[in-house]
Amino acid sequence: MPRVVFTPVLQRHVEATPATVPGATVREALEATFAAVPRLRGYVLDDQGALRHHVVVFVDGEAVRDRERLSDPVTPAAEITVLQALSGGST
Amino acid sequence: MSDRLFVATRKGLFAVERSKRAKKPTWKIAGVSFLGDPVSIVLPDRRDGSVLAALDLGHFGVKIHRSRDGTGNWSEVAAPQYPPEPPGDGERDSFGRKLEWKLRKVWALAAGSADEPGVIWCGTIPGGLFRSPDSGASWAMVRPLWDHPDRKLWFGGGADWAGIHSICVDPRDSRHVTVGVSCGGVWVTPDGGANWKCQADGMWASYMPPEKKDDPRIQDPHQVVQCRAKPDCLWAQHHNGIFRTTDGAAWWRELKEVPPSVFGFAVAVHPEEPDTAWFVPATKDDKRVPVDGKVVVARTRDGGKSFDVLRKGLPQAHAYDITYRHGLDVDETGTRLAFGSTTGSLWISEDQGDSWTELSSNLPPVYCVRFG
Repeated sequence: MPRVVFTPVLQRHVEATPATVPGATVREALEATFAAVPRLRGYVLDDQGALRHHVVVFVDGEAVRDRERLSDPVTPAAEITVLQALSGGST
Repeated sequence: MSDRLFVATRKGLFAVERSKRAKKPTWKIAGVSFLGDPVSIVLPDRRDGSVLAALDLGHFGVKIHRSRDGTGNWSEVAAPQYPPEPPGDGERDSFGRKLEWKLRKVWALAAGSADEPGVIWCGTIPGGLFRSPDSGASWAMVRPLWDHPDRKLWFGGGADWAGIHSICVDPRDSRHVTVGVSCGGVWVTPDGGANWKCQADGMWASYMPPEKKDDPRIQDPHQVVQCRAKPDCLWAQHHNGIFRTTDGAAWWRELKEVPPSVFGFAVAVHPEEPDTAWFVPATKDDKRVPVDGKVVVARTRDGGKSFDVLRKGLPQAHAYDITYRHGLDVDETGTRLAFGSTTGSLWISEDQGDSWTELSSNLPPVYCVRFG
């Protein structure tokens, strides 16, 4: 099953520990993590269910392309990494 | 009188308290919450002593936290959520720019009346009004306003998209609610949000072509406040002027002779005296600094016929502090005032603005100041 890892920055706000979850797409894997920690959803996805503008997701080191539907496939051995984009930084 | 003040800033929420131990009472920063995180607005709820704070986390979105007693023990509650966008190409604003149905900022929080404990109103960017029946545990969008065809005429002022920044709940009737929209005028519901009417007649807009300048639906009231004792009296600091209504927003009268300037963002009205109001002026919209580098507060006690320019205790040389629309507050007695600035200054007055004490000049940029 794929493993989902979150940026440590998220830990300051919400429980976001690495999790091994079922799922054949990025969406399915993330939904599985949200099922365990519902509050996490609003930190990663926006009102319409797309990736937040300043959040990026990598699958085995490659940035996901479908930021709206999160349909990128993942293998059982995949590592999905959820990070904050530097574009969202501010002073 | 209020002995506590909350100051929401770009880098956290500060609690400021008045100490009575010293011979001369002093105000000091008593604590900070959410240090490092932008706090766009704070609402001390006088009905039960709780406090709501809206965070704008940038990467991770807008969050709302609640403290039962305002002492720093916070827990996250729900954030307003926009409804699913209809299928299609999506909405565009009146200037043709894409408008996504996504929460960008909480720009207003207001408690309902005493007869509806737990009710909270929330204004957002883009252009949303939400109501919580349970102190923020859940929110529902006020769809009749969002779905009103005239909302499509709104556009951003001070932000990329239109936003609701002022919410006035009528003390006589909690179903009667007035909201201010930048840029979209002043909207009034008589029935708790089911029906809405734009009531900004009398306002005019210098930033629109002549054919549109009197359209109430495109006005930019930077802030709207309501007198608690005389709720038919409201004041507005508008983008290009100061306006007042004494008939429940049926007609807004412009006050043209206001020293040193009619431009600014913040206004506060005395809770008992509808003719007494305070403003923190700046030069003009394309020169957003204090007039002549001097921070002042303009106060009227006669409904705008005349103004005192108050400056005792405020910097009078090379000061470039701007006070945002929620950056000025008056306490529930109308005696104490406080305002904060974009350059991190915070001033408090205990004599209706006649004199001011600087509490800090090193805070983060101040977004919102509220007694409570």
